[in-house]
Amino acid sequence: MASGRPVLGEKKRSTAVVPIRLPGHETGDTDDARLSDVDEWGRSERTRALARTIYEPVYSKWFRTEWTGLEKIPSEGGSLLVANHAGAIPSDAPVIMHGIEKELDRPVYGLADYFFRTVPVVGTLWARAGGVSARPGNAYRLLREQQQLALVFPEGTKGPSKSFTDRYQLRRFGRGGFVEIAMRAGVPVVPIAVVGSEEAMPVIFRLPTLARTLGVPYVPITANLLAMGPLGAVVPFPAKLKLQELDPVYFDVPPVQDRYSNSRIMEESEMIRSRIQEAVYDMLRDRRSVWFG
Amino acid sequence: MGRRALVTGADMFWGGRMIQALESDPSMDVILGMGTSAPSVPFERAEFVRADQTYSILNRIVKATQVDTILHTFMITNSTTVPRRAMHEVNVIGTMNLLAAAGTAGSSVRHIVVKSSTLVYGSAASDPNTFSEDTPRTSPVKNSVERALVEAEGMVRDFSEDNPGTRVTVLRFANVLGAHLTTPISRNLSRPLCPSIFGFDPLLQFVEEDDVVRALLHVTRGGVPGLYNVAGDGRLPWSEVAHLCGTRLVPLSPFSPLKLRPLSRLFDLPAELEDLLRYGRGVDTRRFAATGFAYETSSAGAVRNFIRAVRLRKQSGREPLSYRYEHDVEQFFRHSPSVVGTGDF
Repeated sequence: MASGRPVLGEKKRSTAVVPIRLPGHETGDTDDARLSDVDEWGRSERTRALARTIYEPVYSKWFRTEWTGLEKIPSEGGSLLVANHAGAIPSDAPVIMHGIEKELDRPVYGLADYFFRTVPVVGTLWARAGGVSARPGNAYRLLREQQQLALVFPEGTKGPSKSFTDRYQLRRFGRGGFVEIAMRAGVPVVPIAVVGSEEAMPVIFRLPTLARTLGVPYVPITANLLAMGPLGAVVPFPAKLKLQELDPVYFDVPPVQDRYSNSRIMEESEMIRSRIQEAVYDMLRDRRSVWFG
Repeated sequence: MGRRALVTGADMFWGGRMIQALESDPSMDVILGMGTSAPSVPFERAEFVRADQTYSILNRIVKATQVDTILHTFMITNSTTVPRRAMHEVNVIGTMNLLAAAGTAGSSVRHIVVKSSTLVYGSAASDPNTFSEDTPRTSPVKNSVERALVEAEGMVRDFSEDNPGTRVTVLRFANVLGAHLTTPISRNLSRPLCPSIFGFDPLLQFVEEDDVVRALLHVTRGGVPGLYNVAGDGRLPWSEVAHLCGTRLVPLSPFSPLKLRPLSRLFDLPAELEDLLRYGRGVDTRRFAATGFAYETSSAGAVRNFIRAVRLRKQSGREPLSYRYEHDVEQFFRHSPSVVGTGDF
């Protein structure tokens, strides 16, 4: 008795509410044919491919991006990519997504504050390009149920909004929520250290009052604005971007639990933060020039 | 012994369809339809009782007829059909009276099926991509239809906790599209111009109207208790839905409130649609599928079925005259000793 399909068909006098019987009502699979390739997250591979074509010169010519340790990203299964976040409009997010999709041929979903969704046009483009709002449920679904790669910046807006004088000083990694999600999803955390994004769009000072009035997380005045005028609002300086994959962190805990030890979460979160911080310092020690690496 | 069912909203679209579907089920001994006005579809053997919109006589009817199943389809999920105050009366007070009737001592009611809507999740930027049945809404209730539904569902939840002997099923349906149902979304999509909010292209999930009836039948017959989302597979961006339907999107300003936009008056844009056209909504349907229900149509299929029916209606001229309920005639056929035999008269 599970599906009562014949019942509807057997209805005798249905002509009043059903004035028109559709011939070929059940035409099967052609009904499901879609016009776009937008997935349930709003990501469209076609839009992504277009974005990659446009972004490729920025990635390889403007920033001259250099990766080390890309092979440490698992080629299958879910992983939570975690990186430091810097620059008023952070260049690290598109560069990481572009780089991994280009090199590993796997989609990367970028988790970010849901604030983006409220901005017309930007929110839609962000979603089509692989942006997902950073909610625990979303991350779990991506990582556990769909075994995808998700990128998250645990510093949140505290990273990009910090002043240039604090450059490469990683902020607090939130409340360690990313560790808890990775534990629950049973996936490793892959830390990424990024150098160069601070200099691409340095924040000189912020206008907190204006930010509050506009209802946005922060309003930065950047060196780019001073140097290039309005163009500087979107154009980053051509700093050399270097990225380094660190060894994946596996948590030896059973997945799909409601709660995990808080002290363990904070410990792991701090450990990952300090490993990224150390790697960033190491890369800075070896960096001779901001522009040429 | 066969089952005795009472269907609320028998004069409305869903009540009418549910009664017609139940009539062909021989295990249903008695089918009662309640409604506030005359039914719009013919019933073969169901009895129709007219009541006020809050169903205050329901208690007496339940006692007198000893029904064991109540199908509560009279939940208004489309705020354009009734005035604001009536919505509260119907959804909240009507549900309250229904639960009171079902919960009296010695009540014969063993199963209550409530047709609710995914409107209870709301639609906001802070929403998760996918709502499961246990995910709470992330935004405060904004409009009257959502408020009424949330309140009614709360009462149903309390009832099921207080009456463990009665099975309670709540089905939350996504936006329905199909060949016959008219909603603000279907009206907009069947016109040459269709509203959108500039800069937003939300993902929507639909359920086909036949799947709605099948889902309600599935839980009624199987006696499946619980809270379930019901929606077709897959989600479509609003732009794609419009494209499939061959209508052109008219972007409305995202900044001014709905009422102030001159263009919005041309469209059917109730408050509950405004947020949906910004942020969309997605629901997890795995729990309902696990009860053994198989959908016939996906979200995209629902859109296609809908638009094919619209095209046919537009090109095939006027619809035939619809059914008119004559109380005395129906009573005659059901109860007069002169009527011999059974079947289609």
